[in-house]
Order: sequence, then structure tokens, then C-alpha cells
Amino acid sequence: MLTGHEAAAACVSLGVTHVVWVPDSTLGQWEAALTAEPRLRLVRVCREGEAWALAAGLYLGGKQPLVAMQSTGLFESGDALRNVLFDWGLPLWAMIGYRSYLAVESADTARRFTEPILSAWGLEWLLLDTPGGAAKMVAHLQAARAAQRPGVVLLAEGKG
Amino acid sequence: MQPATEGGVRRAMPLRPALEVLVRLRKQQVVVTTMGAAREWPRLSDHPLDFHYLPSSMGQAPLIGLGLAMARPEREVIVLNGDGCMLMNLGALATIAACGAANYTLLVLENGVFEVTGGQRTAAPPELDFAALARAAGIRSAAAFDDLSTWQAHAADVLALPGPRFIVLRVQTVSDYQLPSPPPMQQRLKRFCRALEEAPVA
Repeated sequence: MLTGHEAAAACVSLGVTHVVWVPDSTLGQWEAALTAEPRLRLVRVCREGEAWALAAGLYLGGKQPLVAMQSTGLFESGDALRNVLFDWGLPLWAMIGYRSYLAVESADTARRFTEPILSAWGLEWLLLDTPGGAAKMVAHLQAARAAQRPGVVLLAEGKG
Repeated sequence: MQPATEGGVRRAMPLRPALEVLVRLRKQQVVVTTMGAAREWPRLSDHPLDFHYLPSSMGQAPLIGLGLAMARPEREVIVLNGDGCMLMNLGALATIAACGAANYTLLVLENGVFEVTGGQRTAAPPELDFAALARAAGIRSAAAFDDLSTWQAHAADVLALPGPRFIVLRVQTVSDYQLPSPPPMQQRLKRFCRALEEAPVA
């Protein structure tokens, strides 16, 4: 849905300073483009909960992080997300790989639970399920910034 | 320095004097505290660059501090973490080493129990060596202390080692598990972020 170069360019246009991630096989294809962009720092963490906390520290320090992980990592990191988005009210941004979204017949439960989990957290999201969604991503996150609320982009993954 | 035993019991120092060493050395560093440290530190310090990580997500304080250190490389950041919290997120040691923030210190207060929930034992075996774990993860400046006079004598030197730094203080448990009720988070964040901007660095 987004190439690495499109994602890196979108991040730069949004003023993102750090991408804090645990990659999956789709997001991972962006690694070369993200590391090649001198205005971004790619921060690799060991598990997804770390990503939210590290991003929170960056944000409090005046930077603009983007958290990137697969939907399974979203599940894993719920308490860290809860803490920084809701206890603290930080308007952090996230790019979530929506595992198996395009595999309509898939029995993968990651597909079944992604949107209900985001709804349970009360998070609004933008679904990118067609190529060339960079402009939509930028607009969605700019709107989140203007409203001082978290911004979540779901990136459709899996074979259709 | 590795923890010693006295009559089969691992030696440990009292918590409050151990933290008082740090209070005396503290200048304009950010100090992030969580769990038991967040209970004790406010009794010793009221600095605008204190950030009490409450309400928290257990295990995440080292990452909050790391993000702050990366965002503000001109300012030293010290995180006071519990051993139960450290066990919950040991991967953070690798992240900290890889990020290489020279202005970052993670200090673990090791007492072997989940103190704020009433003193239940953690899952760690007695021989677990946090400083060795940190070294193995790539944090070269790592030290452990179980004796107050040794900590008092060496604290300034350890805090001056090349960062990132990892310090273990083996401390005694305390019976007062009550956490203070901190001011509202938005109020604390506002004060802390203002201090990040305005407080002198050194």
C-alpha cells in the first residue's frame, strides 16, 4: 500500500523525527528507505510495548515519533499504549500492519481482532488498503495533530 | 562488585540512605522514578526535573527515560527502576545498549520482591546478576553495590563512566508499601516539560 520511499517521504513531510518499530514482513520492506533518510532515525526495540514508552519519552522531549508495528504487536503492547495515550493523554502516532486483512478467507485471528481492539481503545484509524495512500496518511495524521489526539494508520497486509 | 552474602543472606543496604547518595550528587539531571522508587524519591527530592512515572505501565520506565535521553542529548537522564520492573522488560537492556545514549543511566533497586504489592518474591533466582545481564547486552558501564559505604564512595565515579550506564543497588525491603498520591498527570507533565525547556543543563 505504501513503498518504503513513500512512507519515508510522508514521515518527513509530517515532521517525524524517529520511527520506533518492531517490523513485520510488510513494514520491514521499508527499512532501507527509512534508514537512508537522514531526517529520520529508525529506532529498533525488542517488543512492541517498548515502542510506546520510548516514543512517549521522545515526545515529551520535543520530538515527533511514529510507532510502527504489526497488529499482533498492538495486542501485545496494550498496557503500554493505555498508559501513554490515556493516562498521559499523549497524541502519539502509529502505523499498524493489519495482518491478513487482504486474505479474506484467512482463519488468522489477528485479522478478526484488529479493528475491535482499536475500537475498544476508542482509537480512530485510517485504513490504507489501496496503493498510493501516502497523501491520506499525511492528512489523517495532520488532523490528529490538529485535534491533539492519537493518530493510527492501519496498513492492509496479506495476499488478497 | 558482586553481591556478597552474610550467613547465607545476600547483603543489602537500606533504601533511603542509598537514594540520599544520589540526591546529594544530583544536579540538573532528569530523574524518572517508578514503583518503590517513586514512593521514596519524592520524600527526598522535589525538583522540577523529577518525573514520577505514575500511573505507569510496569516495565516501561527505562524506555521512557531512554526516549527522553535521545530527545535531549544535552541533558543527563537517570531512571530509578525496580528489579521486578526490570525482569518484566529485560529486552530493554538490548535496546538501551543499541541506542547508545551517552547521557543515560539506569539504576535498578534490587530487593527481590514486588514491594508495592505487598512483598511477594519475584521470579528471579537468587543468583541472578543484573549487572552481568546488562554487560552481556552491551552496556559496558555496569556496576552493582550491596554495601552503603562502598556505594557512597564510588557513586560519583560510576555516574561519570561513559554512558549508557547501568547500576544495581541491592537494597533492603521496607514495610511502608504506600505510594503517595501524586498531583494530576497533566499538571506533572506540564511542570516537567517546562523544566526540560528552561532548567539549566549543568
